Amino acid sequence: MNLIDYVEKDYLKEKITPFSPGDMVRVHFKVVEGNRERIQIFEGVVIQRKGSGLKESFTVRRISYGVGVERSFPLHSPKIEKIEVVRKGLVRRSKLYYLRKLRGKAARIKEARR
Amino acid sequence: MKKAILAKKIGMTQIFDEEGRAIPVTVLEAGPCFIVAKKNLEKDGYVAVQLGFKPAKKGRLNKPQLGHFSKAGVTPLRYLREMRLEDADKYEIGQEIKADIFEAGEFVDVTGISKGKGFAGSIKRHGQSRGAMTHGSHYHRGPGSMGAVDAARVFKGKPLPGRMGGEKVTSQKLKVVKVDADKNLLLIKGAVPGPRNGLLLVKNSVKAS
Repeated sequence: MNLIDYVEKDYLKEKITPFSPGDMVRVHFKVVEGNRERIQIFEGVVIQRKGSGLKESFTVRRISYGVGVERSFPLHSPKIEKIEVVRKGLVRRSKLYYLRKLRGKAARIKEARR
Repeated sequence: MKKAILAKKIGMTQIFDEEGRAIPVTVLEAGPCFIVAKKNLEKDGYVAVQLGFKPAKKGRLNKPQLGHFSKAGVTPLRYLREMRLEDADKYEIGQEIKADIFEAGEFVDVTGISKGKGFAGSIKRHGQSRGAMTHGSHYHRGPGSMGAVDAARVFKGKPLPGRMGGEKVTSQKLKVVKVDADKNLLLIKGAVPGPRNGLLLVKNSVKAS
């Protein structure tokens, strides 16, 4: 077995909700305030998933008060409580950087029908 | 030097600590090393132990070299390095040294041969600044002034382009994040010198008290 995989094995999450770029997700992220811990939810469109193994990460984009906000999370971070898929999106590429240039109606993503 | 071990660089990854922060780590395969020989004051004039690492392929060693290993009672090894350890007399010939001589939280110095960069300019090699790329500047990545005209020569030590890398480098005071005694793995925070699969020397840190 590859030794890097062996090291990463202990830290990998066993179960990860399957999601892909274009999906609308809600990320439940643990935030520490002083000595209190609470859950913060970040909802938006997944615009990329990159890396592999323990180093895999994803970026979520949302429009907050008219300003585009992007946040990247390490997929296996213990700070992520859970990831909820709100809506499956139908997109034709794996990196949705083109959304950054689009506003309003143009930035919509078609819903995937199962 | 209090303790030292030979290691092979496996590569880099990241792990999460208790607080969920991602820590960049380099994975090293440290040991098993064997004491192949010992140097003593009477015969050699100095005290040291000779560490061997990684089994040698068949046919890579000649008869005198094989004899050196059979005398110590260990399998033929590829790398041999002498360490001037403080308590060298406590070690015995044939003794095995494993990664568990270090523990998590400890600081170490890691020595290796840096990656060769080839013929590099003075910006990459000496960290000089670049000239303006535009606004009519014709001076972009040159080495700068050669010094005063008066001296009629260029002084020694003037940063100039040349071969970079491929030299012995020590990274000091690196933290050991985790030790895996079964597989002889050391997880060191941050980067260490040299390419993957390169030979490294891991020793206790001289700066950490």
